[in-house]
Amino acid sequence: MLELASTHGTVPGETGLENSPLVVRGLTVSYGQKPAVFSVDMTVQTGTMTAIIGPNGAGKSTLLKAVLGIVKPLSGQVQVFGKTLNAQRGRIAYVPQRASVDWDFPTRVIDVVLMGLYRQLGLLGRVRAQHMARATDCLDRVGMRDFANRQIGQLSGGQQQRIFLARALAQDADLYLLDEPFAGVDAATEKAIISVLKSLRAEGKTVVAVHHDLTTVAEYFDNVFLINTRKVAEGPVATAFSADTLQLTYGGRLATAQIDQLAQVPG
Amino acid sequence: MSGAEFVPLSLTPLLIGIFAAVACALPGNFLVLRRQALIGDAISHVVLPGIVVAFLATGVIAAGPMMLGAGGAAVVAVILIEAIRRLGRIEPGAAMGVVFTSMFAVGVLLLEQSDTSSVHLDVEHALFGNLESLIWLDATGWASLLDPDALRGVPVELPRIAVTLVGVILFTVIFWRPLKLSTFDEGFARTLGVRTNVLGMALVIVAAISAVAAFDAVGSIIVIAMFICPPAAARLMTNRLEHQIGWSVVFAVASAVLGYVLAGYGPLWLGARDAVSAAGMIATVSGIILAITAVAGPCRTRSGAPVQD
Repeated sequence: MLELASTHGTVPGETGLENSPLVVRGLTVSYGQKPAVFSVDMTVQTGTMTAIIGPNGAGKSTLLKAVLGIVKPLSGQVQVFGKTLNAQRGRIAYVPQRASVDWDFPTRVIDVVLMGLYRQLGLLGRVRAQHMARATDCLDRVGMRDFANRQIGQLSGGQQQRIFLARALAQDADLYLLDEPFAGVDAATEKAIISVLKSLRAEGKTVVAVHHDLTTVAEYFDNVFLINTRKVAEGPVATAFSADTLQLTYGGRLATAQIDQLAQVPG
Repeated sequence: MSGAEFVPLSLTPLLIGIFAAVACALPGNFLVLRRQALIGDAISHVVLPGIVVAFLATGVIAAGPMMLGAGGAAVVAVILIEAIRRLGRIEPGAAMGVVFTSMFAVGVLLLEQSDTSSVHLDVEHALFGNLESLIWLDATGWASLLDPDALRGVPVELPRIAVTLVGVILFTVIFWRPLKLSTFDEGFARTLGVRTNVLGMALVIVAAISAVAAFDAVGSIIVIAMFICPPAAARLMTNRLEHQIGWSVVFAVASAVLGYVLAGYGPLWLGARDAVSAAGMIATVSGIILAITAVAGPCRTRSGAPVQD
């Protein structure tokens, strides 16, 4: 049932890997002497929502960044819908950590969302009515339509997160990668974001999110990917998100009682 | 002032000052937002050894070799800064600090050890430039602007900085979208296929070319001031990058014109006998503009500073 960290190439019982939104093989990333991500395999199925879970410094964000080509891996392969990343950039959308940018940057909400249309607009393409309509539509989906002309520094943390999600929606991708989309946001924003992600899944899109709140994993996600530099476990929440795997991932950092409680949350 | 006096004596230095200010202010907008503002400072320091080496190699102060030497030194410095930053894993400011002070020191040593007494090459010239001496003696009035013979006598610095400015404007317009995108969110830009390393390097090289072209005419003080003051003042006037660029051009031109006029006539109005350095006055005016916007600009609150993690 449970697939523990393994080095063999394919996931048991799965065929048609070439159609998988994301296949990672033997990915190793290092910032210095110590690897941040070591020999990780990952397979993501179409139309699912996967949570990447692990303690601080376990390489969750690094895994995402390596998949996206933001950091260069030491070794390993990444396949997106059966091809290399470069061939499929138009099918991936990305929501970075909110705190990774300077929100004092002089620009408006609508301009940030329009950045999601960069691949359509190109270097000198004019922003036409259809592009504005698309960006406004994406703002509407995250409940931020009325904020289009605000300067981004005037937004709350939750509102900023929604703008980033709207920008990813504008990318009109098939695979959505999100880095801690629920970090430091208010309850209303968390609800709005999860409802958008679930609607994406309903459209047959695939969602992978770095997630830190263990209490909401079973409620929000179909699959989990547990990582602590190496992959610990991968699979459906019902089987892979267990007391054993959490213990392996977090070691002594979670109290046993807490782990038991989390693992009992019904999927 | 009549055209017969203004055109030969003031038109060319004024235009050179304006073009140099705008050519530095445009890339300065992005450098300031990227927290790389001091790279302009660094560039204006590191060109000195390049210029001295060019002089030692050719034996004359000629524009071509000087530009080549300065450009070469700037490129070497940029590569050194990037190398130290990446290999040493230290913050960019520290890497720049190490590189530009070292290279400036090398330039001063070279200057001292070699015999440059026969030519106009000294540290003072490197700092203040010689804006006031870039006059157009062949001109007799406004009509000279249409006279091919007179135009041949225009100081070579004017067409050089004009061409540089056109190049800077083209770079800014063509790469506007990826520049803005990667300045705001480099990681996201990379996922879209923008080669942010190459673009960041290109921005610094464009800034270096502006700095060298401007340095040649107006010295390093004005270069440092124009990279930082007009864009920083412009940021305090608006919350939109498109408007910030416009304001920075307005402030750069205003600094150049006001600074030039005040340097030439200000001391006379105050009863003093001599004019003061135009480059110094232009830099001073840009600093005053920044001070005014810092006190009274409409967009001074910083609400969205990034969280360090």
